[in-house]
Amino acid sequence: MRFMLLFSRQGKLRLQKWYTATAERDKKKMVRELMQVVLARKPKMCSFLEWRDLKIVYKRYASLYFCCAVEEQDNELITLEVIHRFVELLDKYFGSVCELDIIFNFEKAYFILDEFLMGGEIQDTSKKSVLKAIEQADLLQEVRKLPHNMLCF
Amino acid sequence: MALKIVKGSIDRMFDKNLQDLVRGIRNHKEDEAKYISTCIDEIKQELKQDNIAVKANAVCKLTYLQMLGYDVSWAAFNIVEVMSSSKFTYKRIGYLAASQCFHESTDVIMLTTNQIRKDLSSPNQYDTGVALTGLSCFVTPDLARDLANDIMTLMSHTKPYIRKKAVLIMYKVFLKYPESLRPAFPRLKEKLEDPDPGVQSAAVNVICELARRNPKNYLSLAPLFFKLMTSSTNNWVLIKIIKLFGALTPLEPRLCHSTSQMSFLFFLSPWLSPSSLSTSNSTSAMSLLYECVNTVILCVQKLRILIEDSDQNLKYLGLLAMSKILKTHPKSVQSHKDLILQCLDDKDESIRLRALDLLYGMVSKKNLMEIVKKLMLHVDKAEGTTYRDELLTKIIDICSQSNYQYITNFEWYISILVELTRLEGTRHGHLIASQMLDVAIRVKAIREFAVAQMATLLDNAHLLTGNTQRNGICEVLYAAAWICGEFSEHLENPMQTLEAMLRPKVATLPGHIQAVYVQNAAKLFATVLRSQEGNTDRTAAQETSQLMIDRLPLFVQSANLEVQERASCILQLVKYIQKLQQKDVEVAEEVNALFAGELNPVAPKAQKKVPVPEGLDLDAWINEPPSESESEDEKPRTMFTREETKHSRPRHTEVDEKELAKRREVRKQEQASNPFYIKSSPSSQKVYQEAPGVDHIPVVQIDLSVPLKVPGLPMSDQYVKLEEERRQKDRADKKKKEKKKRKEKGGRRGKRDSGPESEEDITPAHMVDIVTEEMPPTAICRSVSLVPPLNSPPCVPSTCQKSSKHKKKKQKKEKEEKDKKKKKKHHHHRHHSDGAGEESVQNGTVEEEEEPLPTISDAPTCSLASPPPFRQVCDIQGNLQDGSQVVVSLIFENKCDSFLKAMEFNVLDSLNSRLQRPDGAGPHDGLTVPFQLPPGVSNEARFVFTVKSIVMPQKLKGTLAFIVKNEDSSTHEKLDFKLHFTCTSYLITTPCYSDAFAKLLESGDLKASSVKLEGVVMPFPHLLARICFHHHFSVVERIDSCASMYSRSIQGHHVCLLVKTADQTVSIDAKCDEPSLLSNVLDEIKLTFSQC
Repeated sequence: MRFMLLFSRQGKLRLQKWYTATAERDKKKMVRELMQVVLARKPKMCSFLEWRDLKIVYKRYASLYFCCAVEEQDNELITLEVIHRFVELLDKYFGSVCELDIIFNFEKAYFILDEFLMGGEIQDTSKKSVLKAIEQADLLQEVRKLPHNMLCF
Repeated sequence: MALKIVKGSIDRMFDKNLQDLVRGIRNHKEDEAKYISTCIDEIKQELKQDNIAVKANAVCKLTYLQMLGYDVSWAAFNIVEVMSSSKFTYKRIGYLAASQCFHESTDVIMLTTNQIRKDLSSPNQYDTGVALTGLSCFVTPDLARDLANDIMTLMSHTKPYIRKKAVLIMYKVFLKYPESLRPAFPRLKEKLEDPDPGVQSAAVNVICELARRNPKNYLSLAPLFFKLMTSSTNNWVLIKIIKLFGALTPLEPRLCHSTSQMSFLFFLSPWLSPSSLSTSNSTSAMSLLYECVNTVILCVQKLRILIEDSDQNLKYLGLLAMSKILKTHPKSVQSHKDLILQCLDDKDESIRLRALDLLYGMVSKKNLMEIVKKLMLHVDKAEGTTYRDELLTKIIDICSQSNYQYITNFEWYISILVELTRLEGTRHGHLIASQMLDVAIRVKAIREFAVAQMATLLDNAHLLTGNTQRNGICEVLYAAAWICGEFSEHLENPMQTLEAMLRPKVATLPGHIQAVYVQNAAKLFATVLRSQEGNTDRTAAQETSQLMIDRLPLFVQSANLEVQERASCILQLVKYIQKLQQKDVEVAEEVNALFAGELNPVAPKAQKKVPVPEGLDLDAWINEPPSESESEDEKPRTMFTREETKHSRPRHTEVDEKELAKRREVRKQEQASNPFYIKSSPSSQKVYQEAPGVDHIPVVQIDLSVPLKVPGLPMSDQYVKLEEERRQKDRADKKKKEKKKRKEKGGRRGKRDSGPESEEDITPAHMVDIVTEEMPPTAICRSVSLVPPLNSPPCVPSTCQKSSKHKKKKQKKEKEEKDKKKKKKHHHHRHHSDGAGEESVQNGTVEEEEEPLPTISDAPTCSLASPPPFRQVCDIQGNLQDGSQVVVSLIFENKCDSFLKAMEFNVLDSLNSRLQRPDGAGPHDGLTVPFQLPPGVSNEARFVFTVKSIVMPQKLKGTLAFIVKNEDSSTHEKLDFKLHFTCTSYLITTPCYSDAFAKLLESGDLKASSVKLEGVVMPFPHLLARICFHHHFSVVERIDSCASMYSRSIQGHHVCLLVKTADQTVSIDAKCDEPSLLSNVLDEIKLTFSQC
């Protein structure tokens, strides 16, 4: 997988993960271009399209578009599954996730994605083990966070 | 110090955290940029503090801003600071920021090496994990090299969490630092059998990706993977393994079986349980499914199920998979043409594009026209220019593939190209242009037709160039001008085309097109001169020169250098010619010599085919080589022994015989599949091998030895229809079909071969002849309509009473509408000067007898025509008062829902007949039809033609221009037609008494002629009625099976007939004072009866 984007129906980027190093300017251009293409598509259309030399697989969940770019040889259906799995993970973690969860806890969303995919490849196909890893890392964070929180109040 | 910390923490209470920032941005929708710039200022302040918590918070906010598109590269060093925090909370944020913002050119990455190494060896697995995750995003070749060992160690970490990540990141490391692959591979292989499924799948992933790049090295792993494949129930892993096998199969055929088996499962499993891949437990069903899938054809049938599915995603994937199968098994896919054509109608553009891809591979000679017709319909409907352009390129791709292998009728192709020029705003004008040029140059037989088409295009150039700046379609004028110039000998009216090319409006075209215009105007000029100098009157030639001299200065002023240069050159030339002309010198030949000879395409490698003349050794030194002793020459050889064979000298001797033959073979194969390579005929190839000669430089020739000639704008649809009919005929002709089959089995054919092949396809040469001669695409004339009846019984019975006529026509109309094109029908028939009433009585009898429609020349027939939903009925009447006038009454009926207005009727005059125009009008001006047509309304208009000689039949080409006005738009349309003045149309039914008739015959002024009609089975009265109706005779006397008939021409020629019948044979003895008129009339009568 080359990259994954989350954006809203209004064309606001909510999350981006690039698995190959890309210059900032190119990223912006690609994101803009891709959003235009995907947002222009009607709901009944299929989830795949060819764009530049990549295959784009996208799916809309409520007001959010999840959009992945994969290479020529990759399997579209499994990419769709990856998206779905990611959504399930977010859902489990946030408890019926909504766009706002991702906006306000965007770093958490990244952590989950990083536990699920790495370098564009699926890291773990089991939902349980991904969530367990996140929870434990969070726990670690909370324990260490405590003194700093106390400092604040 | 303590104070500082306290101060810092107090400040922090007022800091914004990420949530505040997000909220703030959402609350400042109007002045977001301004708000963010103040935030960035704050962040900069925060980053200056020593407190790592403050810094981490700032970095977290920066990461968010980075996503919104703000540049945060200035904070790279601060990110590294946060990464190196000992606390997981901050470290995590630091690595996240790094993974989002860093890339290979970020220079601070160098500073991170040690920090990452420290984190990798951290006792806390989450520290390690976060470092690995981060690294996977920003690993550089340097980092990969420095850290490869550390990561390799982690692959054997006790925690599967770390092992899994380490294995995955190794792939990135391999990519950046390939040397690491060899030492790491054994351990990677080990991980395939790791007890943890996560680690296992990670290893499969990595190896699969590696194998995709270089399958050979992974062949040894096949048994291991096979074991995994049969044991694993994780579909994610299975898919990867199948992909791996897919890459290995070409190297190891034995894998093929298992791969096909698995691929099918891979293919079906998501389909069987799309929602839960990982849990789908279809293992039990596998063996069963396996039974179903042994052949590709079965696979294709399964694909059909996918494509027929209502789920758009599956439909898309089915098409995609089918296009892959198409490459290897085109036959099996071709049978699903219907389905794929259906997909062209899909709402979803992605699906339509996939279907288009498939079409490319499934055309054959048989279905090309049909498919392209369908595509043309889509072109009309396509809403977006991108899709329309895609269609356009696909049409051209499909038609031109393998050297136009599938085109059986190039006229049809030219018509398609011409139709495509109607697309506005397409980017692919140059593509159409290059096709036109290619076909016109390479298919000699088509030139005449192409030239006629191109002349029409040039004439109507204004329609194409509405918006020159953005309109790529004007590129076709480039081709049109060149073709008309280069092949000007085929032009029917070169003068008109020359004028069209020198119109002032041409100056608005792009420079390179103008240049071609100017150059080809000169060629045309040469042609025109030649024809004009043939005449006794020299003034015409001088006028032409004057025209050039008048118009060329416009181009001399052009801003484009090329145009300017050519124009001034040619202007000077013409001025010189004019001088010579004034001295009465014949110049045409010399001017023509300027453009003599044909421009032929030569293959880029043609030079190689020219044999080296005997005695010429290209390798021999012309001069003594620069002093170089033998020993020196040998030195390098001994030093670099390996290179010896590559050394230039030995190569020449070695390579020769076998090697050359081999290379030639390879090259031939390459050429065979290269559509741009121009092949020589096989025979000439042989000749070349035996007796080489310069003559055998391959020069393209596609010879369609079919005389082709069609004026007017073509409608490709007609060709489709014709094609169908021709095939029906073919089917009857079994022998030929078999022959063809045998030929088709012959496999791939080169251009040369396809020439005769396509000829064979077109089979009956006369058929094509008719097609081209008589079937002008948009034309009216009766002869046009005859083409269909030739093969099928005439579908329009001869009818004359208006009402029934209409009914019948409607029937035919409906039939034609099945083709989804509304057609204009043109009705053409002769009338008595006394008026329609009398004639309908006359014909009434014919109608009762239910006779089929007679000849070309006379009866009302329908003709195919162009898209405008619009009908014309035409009568031609001779005018008794004036022996040189013919009145043509046209009934225009508007059959569409739009309002038709501003109709302009125009006919291209011939020497013999011309349209009478009002005084002051130019010879090419059209006549305005004095009415407008609301939907469904019909009206009649009359046009008077002056005819000099009536002894020969003739055809006049004409156009009807009109505006179609809809509620929201109005378009300018044009309809081409042909008026056919047969000789019988100059006859007027005139009653004659038998004694006057006898006197006439006795006078001896009349020349005799006779004709015999065989196999006429109709009763004698019918026969007579038929001659009366269609050829305007009246019966003078009838006795048993013998009758005398009489008619008179508008110029007073008497035509007398004696018709006798016996045993299905009708003999007609005729007398007339004008022998050629008589023979033409008799021919027309003969034709009438040959139709029934």
